[in-house]
Amino acid sequence: MQTPEADLRTLMLAGLAGDGAAYRLLLETLQAQLGGYFRRRLAGDVSEVDDLVQETLIAIHTRRGTFDRSLPFTAWAYAIARHKLIDHFRRRGRVAGVPVEDSGLFASDDSHSVDARLDIERALATLPPATRALIADIKLKELTNAEAAEARGMSETAVKVAVHRGLKKVAAYFGVQPEKRP
Amino acid sequence: MSDLARKLSADLAPVPRSWLPRRLLTGLGAGLAVSIVLVLAILGPRPDMGPAMHSMMFWAKLIYPLSLAAIAALAAERLARPAASAAMRLIWLPVPLMLVAVLALIAFLFAPPAMHEQMLVGHSARLCPFLVLAAALPPLAGLVWAMRGFAPTRLRETGFVIGLAAGGAGAFAYAWHCNETGAPFLAIWYSLGMAAAAFLGWLSGPRLLRW
Repeated sequence: MQTPEADLRTLMLAGLAGDGAAYRLLLETLQAQLGGYFRRRLAGDVSEVDDLVQETLIAIHTRRGTFDRSLPFTAWAYAIARHKLIDHFRRRGRVAGVPVEDSGLFASDDSHSVDARLDIERALATLPPATRALIADIKLKELTNAEAAEARGMSETAVKVAVHRGLKKVAAYFGVQPEKRP
Repeated sequence: MSDLARKLSADLAPVPRSWLPRRLLTGLGAGLAVSIVLVLAILGPRPDMGPAMHSMMFWAKLIYPLSLAAIAALAAERLARPAASAAMRLIWLPVPLMLVAVLALIAFLFAPPAMHEQMLVGHSARLCPFLVLAAALPPLAGLVWAMRGFAPTRLRETGFVIGLAAGGAGAFAYAWHCNETGAPFLAIWYSLGMAAAAFLGWLSGPRLLRW
């Protein structure tokens, strides 16, 4: 599903060195991922997703010199996407969960809930799609194990095992932060 | 849409590591140069420039603002990147502030009481902070230009930090004109002018730095 950090980072470093082909692949990959990122957060505003993807991609390009080569690439790229998303909400005056102004001199613009959600999504992205769907069913949509098992055509035991393993992996993801790099 | 990645990656220019600090220094340096030229052309250099260069206060009035500008510029280099924090760079801020405060306190306590009022207000206290603030405007413009090419996500904090850097640069430029000699004067009125510039940056950051 998601391209791992290490691959994107390699493409970015090549792009910064002037490798147009690597850079194009990076932008195309990001374009696809950003589509998902914005679609999940703009339920119903499908027409605006493309605009935001495009705006973010251009910002990533024109501001690529602000990427600190000693830090993770995806964190940088998604910080720009999040900034564009918050700016979009501000323009629209729809501020649910996102503060309009920072609350103080040294407060962050970004809401912690957005940060936390992003982290959890990044962790979930490391799981196989089937497991991710099960966790969404049970933990987010609050289906019972039996209901989820029926919906997915699995045995209830298999659901329990998959969810347990998935959550363990998510926990491990947070345990091994900052993420492993090659 | 799928054209975009192709368009952006065509004729791709390499970006050196030094791109960001160089752009920041260009904005600050160009603004500072304009400021110094304006101070010397409009206000004129201090008449006692030659002998004054042998006094410690002449250098203190240059080094104190410059050190604040340097710390603020280092913090700005950090805040120019999305989701970055400058806290680790701003922890140095109290050092020059404390040094000048101690210097001013010593000068004040060791001076005869008859000199105290003169030490605090000099002959230009009413103008000094405003002229420092005015001299800070060209560097602030240069820093806003630089920052608008970066990706700051904490616009108020970034505005504050570039305002402080501009204030330091403005006070540095103004010091070539100012012939005040008291450390308490420096500690109070220069600091006030620089704080005003930082406040201006803090106020205008979210509007000026939006992207």
